[in-house]
Amino acid sequence: MILAIASGKGGTGKTTVACNLAAALERPVVLADCDVEEPNAHLFLKPHWDVTIPVTVDVPVIDAEKCTLCGACQDLCQFKAIAVLPETVLTFQELCHSCGGCALVCPAEAISWGSRQIGERRTGRRGPIHFVDGTLRIGEAMAPPLIRAVRQAAADIPDCAVVLVDAPPGTSCPVVASLWGADYVLLVTEPTPFGLNDLALAVAAVRKMGIPCGLVVNRCDIGDDRIHAFARRENLPILLEIPFERKVAEQYAQGHLLVDVFPEWKAMMRGLYDAVVRELERGTSGASLEGRASTLETREVSA
Amino acid sequence: MKELVVISGKGGTGKTSLVAAFAALAGKVVLCDADVDAADLHLVTHPRVVETHDFVSGHEASIDLERCTRCGLCRQWCRFGAIDEAFRVEPLLCEGCGVCAHMCPERAVDFFEKTCGVWHVSETPYGPMVHARLGIAEENSGKLVALVRREARRLAESRRIDLLLTDGPPGVGCPVIASIGNADAVLAVAEPTVSGRHDMERVLALAAHFRVPAAVCVNKSDLHPDEAHRIAEEARKQGAAFLGFIPFDPVVTRSQVDGRSLVDYGETPVVRAIQEIWEGLRALVVGNAEGVLKPSEGKPKAWETAQA
Repeated sequence: MILAIASGKGGTGKTTVACNLAAALERPVVLADCDVEEPNAHLFLKPHWDVTIPVTVDVPVIDAEKCTLCGACQDLCQFKAIAVLPETVLTFQELCHSCGGCALVCPAEAISWGSRQIGERRTGRRGPIHFVDGTLRIGEAMAPPLIRAVRQAAADIPDCAVVLVDAPPGTSCPVVASLWGADYVLLVTEPTPFGLNDLALAVAAVRKMGIPCGLVVNRCDIGDDRIHAFARRENLPILLEIPFERKVAEQYAQGHLLVDVFPEWKAMMRGLYDAVVRELERGTSGASLEGRASTLETREVSA
Repeated sequence: MKELVVISGKGGTGKTSLVAAFAALAGKVVLCDADVDAADLHLVTHPRVVETHDFVSGHEASIDLERCTRCGLCRQWCRFGAIDEAFRVEPLLCEGCGVCAHMCPERAVDFFEKTCGVWHVSETPYGPMVHARLGIAEENSGKLVALVRREARRLAESRRIDLLLTDGPPGVGCPVIASIGNADAVLAVAEPTVSGRHDMERVLALAAHFRVPAAVCVNKSDLHPDEAHRIAEEARKQGAAFLGFIPFDPVVTRSQVDGRSLVDYGETPVVRAIQEIWEGLRALVVGNAEGVLKPSEGKPKAWETAQA
């Protein structure tokens, strides 16, 4: 099972839930931190690192000897990554999406492939937890290829029935890359107007992908009850509510796993996992596991 | 005209609440919400939308199954796995590169321009605001960010308003890069946690990479005062101006629930702290004639060491 932990709004507790869930299960699981822009799970899990490998994307390299300056590559490129000038060709590698189109259309076969590093991927262990994360190079804009590399590494780890994915905030392409192929999404939110607004966007994104989802309401006592009304209206199960506790916030701040400090957190996280399994067995939550067709007409929700 | 962009690296540190409070303290500003895939600033600034425009950007492929002969060339060349066995294009995977349209011998691929969001110009009690909404699960957020900032700048110039306050997105990727390029300064809002410090360091490295002067403040600082001080120290070490600590106070959440500005709740310690930070920012950004806030010099801090 691939269980993703996501949220529209940042800072709602995705990483806290992902790390503590992984630790509470006490059996072989993979935890994949897909928030490659700001990877944080390792700060709490403190894994022993195994390997770190650079992650690269393909970029065109133009052989000036062969190039006839015909302009076919520039015409095809939708990302303005190639500019054909009167006497030379410029490539803007950071704009390239590695679609391969330029090499395909070049009549002179002047384009070959080079690589550009966008970040690195690490794997490590902590007890029965296999850990994978990615770190985007500072200044690099393109996160999705690195996220796909992290997901692939997670999928390649043998003998783990459960893969937990810690997703980045938002609702755009990095989130799609992180959640792709997940069986269930836990949306972590907080009962505030910002939390609700961004939750509605996240629910729409998850439904567009045809993945069933349920809610974790963190700091459930700090705001108002509009999240609950929203959940009822949208037929979204609330699988866990976590009250705000200063002592918990202080332990989190110092980088401690909450299941190590508070025994009740272990029970709470196991209960959350069981609730997800029950939801999947029931196949409720608005989307069937088999087909996406049933969810494609799901209307876009807005707050 | 000066532009200040509020960013954080880590999400949920209080960017939007701070921007709204700064707007109330500033008097007349132009506001810009550059967090286009989870925009929240409109929830606390009560905008009256006066203009709405479609955001058209990029392309998407669609295969006409009548004309398609199932030759498979498109599937063979699509590097994004976006075309399934039944020759349907999965819009969530299609990057709009046009390779399939180019390769199709039957010209059965329709390659159309995409509308991937909307953007608005609004009036708020603090001044005009430019904000947007990226379509659900869409791409091109960086381009939409660039667009709202460009429109906000234009508005500031045409109305002769000398400060543009931009609410940035979390992270360090595409939309953040689009948010901070050519800004006069960024304020990084950190929180006193191990992840808050880690993310602040990365976002400061990003600001240095693009040579944008940076300042830092710590929100909810009393949740872990030691970490808050470490952040202040680290910020100074990375060449950023450190502007102050904001204590944790439930009034921040209450103001959000009430949809009001923090400054409406009187002289609380939180408001005093924000006022001080605002004064510091003003001095740095608006009165930058003395060059107090310099773009980071030297080589950008390497990302490998930034995360140590």
